[in-house]
Amino acid sequence: MSGAEQGGWETVIGLEIHAQLATKSKIFSGSPTQYGAEPNTQADLVDLGYPGVLPVLNGEAVRMAVQFGLAIGASISRKSVFARKNYFYPDLPKGYQISQYELPIVAKGELDVMQEDGSVKRVGVTRAHLEEDAGKSVHEGHAGVSAIDLNRAGTPLIEIVSEPDMRSAKEAVAYMKKVHTLVRYLGICDGNMQEGSFRCDANVSVRRKGAEKLGTRAELKNLNSFRFVEKAINHEVERQIEILESGGKVVQETRLYDSDKDETRSMRSKEEANDYRYFPDPDLLPVVVDDAFLDALRARLPELPDQKAARFQQQYALAAYDAQLLTANRELAAFYEAVVAAVPSDAKLAANWVMGDFSAALNKDGLEVTASRLSAAQLGGLLTRIVDNTISGKMAKEVFEVMWAEGAEADAVIEARGLKQITDGGAIEKVIDEIMAANPKQLADYRSGKDKLFGFFVGQAMKATAGKANPALLNDLLKKKLAP
Amino acid sequence: MTSRTLAELAAGLAARKFSASELAREALARAERTQPTLNALISITGEAALQAAAVADQRLAAGEAGPLTGIPMIHKDIFCTEGVLTTCGSRMLSNFISPYDATVVTKLKQAGMVMIGKANMDEFAMGSSNETSFYGPVKNPWDVTRVPGGSSGGSAAAVAARLTPMATATDTGGSIRQPAALCGVTGFKPTYGRVSRYGMIAFASSLDQAGVIAVSAEDAALTLQAMAGFDPRDSTSVDVPVPDYRAALDAPLTGMKIGILKESFGEGLSPAIEKRVREALAELTKLGAVVKEVSLPSLPLSVPTYYVVAPAECSSNLARFDGVRYGHRCENPKDLRDLYTRSRAEGFGAEVKRRIMTGTYVLSAGYYDAYYLKAQKVRALINDDFARAFREVDLLLSPTTPTAAFGLGDKTSDPITMYLNDIYTIGANLAGLPALSMPCGFDGHLPVGVQLIGPHFGEAKLLNAAHRFQQATDWHLKTPAGHAQGFA
Repeated sequence: MSGAEQGGWETVIGLEIHAQLATKSKIFSGSPTQYGAEPNTQADLVDLGYPGVLPVLNGEAVRMAVQFGLAIGASISRKSVFARKNYFYPDLPKGYQISQYELPIVAKGELDVMQEDGSVKRVGVTRAHLEEDAGKSVHEGHAGVSAIDLNRAGTPLIEIVSEPDMRSAKEAVAYMKKVHTLVRYLGICDGNMQEGSFRCDANVSVRRKGAEKLGTRAELKNLNSFRFVEKAINHEVERQIEILESGGKVVQETRLYDSDKDETRSMRSKEEANDYRYFPDPDLLPVVVDDAFLDALRARLPELPDQKAARFQQQYALAAYDAQLLTANRELAAFYEAVVAAVPSDAKLAANWVMGDFSAALNKDGLEVTASRLSAAQLGGLLTRIVDNTISGKMAKEVFEVMWAEGAEADAVIEARGLKQITDGGAIEKVIDEIMAANPKQLADYRSGKDKLFGFFVGQAMKATAGKANPALLNDLLKKKLAP
Repeated sequence: MTSRTLAELAAGLAARKFSASELAREALARAERTQPTLNALISITGEAALQAAAVADQRLAAGEAGPLTGIPMIHKDIFCTEGVLTTCGSRMLSNFISPYDATVVTKLKQAGMVMIGKANMDEFAMGSSNETSFYGPVKNPWDVTRVPGGSSGGSAAAVAARLTPMATATDTGGSIRQPAALCGVTGFKPTYGRVSRYGMIAFASSLDQAGVIAVSAEDAALTLQAMAGFDPRDSTSVDVPVPDYRAALDAPLTGMKIGILKESFGEGLSPAIEKRVREALAELTKLGAVVKEVSLPSLPLSVPTYYVVAPAECSSNLARFDGVRYGHRCENPKDLRDLYTRSRAEGFGAEVKRRIMTGTYVLSAGYYDAYYLKAQKVRALINDDFARAFREVDLLLSPTTPTAAFGLGDKTSDPITMYLNDIYTIGANLAGLPALSMPCGFDGHLPVGVQLIGPHFGEAKLLNAAHRFQQATDWHLKTPAGHAQGFA
């Protein structure tokens, strides 16, 4: 239960997500969009807003935006219009940003978002529109002046605007992650949040539980990680409740989240807000899409996360939450399926390993699935040895660590370290006999009803076999031998 | 070398009667000679012109010349020209050397034309008298106490004084046709989208159209041939084939239906102008045209509509002139706001500021619907009126201007009177139609122009009517005293 709910308050959140489209060139010019180049080396005369130049729409950006719309079941506008959003800023070369205003390319749609407790929340998407990014003002390293880098100017974005449907920071993050998953599935955005390819603004307000009217909202800017989204929203909710509970009024304003200080501070109030004087951009024709265009794009859609998760549940008998985790990332899902191919009899085991030790190892080394030290075939090889009883699950963890460190094959590690499980009943019986002989008191106690001592004998046997005894076989034999 | 029209010069070059270099030298000499009195040019590019002429002569000698190769010409200073000062008549760009060529510039260069300079103009093409130029007003060659019209006043004066037989120009509300009328030359504004706007510094993007001011309709046809066509760099340029304009020039006018635009013969029209225009109509009738009166009831709304749409677009188009990347920057800005406000306050003249303010106002929250949106609706009505008219007639005819050239300074204190000078020309811009103005006589010593408007992509028909008229008359060959000896 969050602090808001405890005080009888309800939090209301809507997100505006900016996803940079993975086109090769900019939305209105031929300049490349690659990240990290020397300042102002990826801006041509169009990006620099030279006198006389004109924008020409990149068709690939339109296709990508439409694919997003199709993926969330949204209606696609047959005719959408680019508008100019007018304001002065040094990193905005033309003095206006080309965006879509009254007629966005993607109209109403929705997304089902699974929460941590496994429940599903439906979040409305109001619209998604195409626009160009601005450049960057660089204040560091230039004493007394600001430098302008226009490499990013004109990079294509889709801005995905949600309904105010989320009721907690956690819900907001879950929604944002879902969108993140989706755009990466579609291959329309690399999702790199550190480089700013995927970022969001959050509109946050609170109201008394049961109230219908929305409270006055603040817009939080500059949220470029899931963690920051959660922290910034929670801070903002606390701030607003504090104001309201002390009899004050929340001011409609834009607030900037400062991740270093972990606080939000006011950027500008509603009164200071720009009048953007939107009007249709006369340099660009309306974007018109027809059925054939939509059909072709629909046919090209990949299996989407929800579809894949449903298939995983059905095909691999996985729990909904596991299926969701495994499909949150297209590469991870593909990896999982390749592992399952090696151990088709135990898809659950494969799921546990992929979500467990394997994901943990990736995280520890900060690697993406695609850069994994182990291939799916290698991990499959390891699981095969669990399934055929060559090694126990516990031994497998040890083998996995070596494999991860050395990039080795499971069988080679098992062989080299002599980790083969003892599955010879006779050999295990011999060990049990020795333990029984060495511990007459414990044996007597067990036989007189102290069942808990069973664990003691298991431990002794494992110790004697250096953990190599097949656990199931050992259990069976112990039960038989210890029986009075 | 007594030829004067572009067509005649082209024939002379082809026949080796004179060389492109000789023509260029002659044009440059005339430019230098007339500059102190007319102020038609902002830049004279002598060295580059002579080089281009030498190349043209090689092409001519090698038999690789086209109909425009070696012809001297002038670009309005609104067209970006690589390596050459491109000011748009403004202090704001008084230091701007363009790093690229406009598509129109590239095309005419490829055709072998020789640019001898850049024409003076109203600042950012905002004006009807050429008095808003940072470089001072252009004088009308027919009477140097009078304005040449605007905004393409430099182009019109240059052709009137026969510096060159042709100059490029642009027309947003009449900026080609009005100065052409006031200077006694032929001005042609093509259909919106017929000629690329790439590299043409934007005033009002949905109205701006590049065209030509020339001695004759035939000259206009020859240059338009090279300028027209789809440009992948301009999304509003239209991908329809360019017909052979010259081939269409000679068709007889028998049965051509010409509509007299009723609304442009009312109050405010000088009787002398009306008389000349009606005489032109009689001449066209003699040539076989059938005349009919046509009414466009929404046309009187075109001036107020224009003065909402054009400033709205200009307020946004001119936002890029902020002192940050190029152009005028104020001395020692103390912060960003100071940099913006002083750079723009110093860089822009009064008329430009007036339009930026008007445009900012009509796009503002709370006023957008009442002004901008309403203007767009009226624009659609005007469009419909024209479309209806062109179901009945082939071309429409009206005076180009209500009066002949007025005196320098006469209207500078009253912007509304100045704006009303474009009352007959603005409709074609709002509807995106091709239109031309051609000389049709004099009001005293001042030339008078008659306007013809065609349907979308009706360029060939317009040029045909104008050419036949010019075959039967010689108004277009009259030159102002002291400037009579073009290329003599």
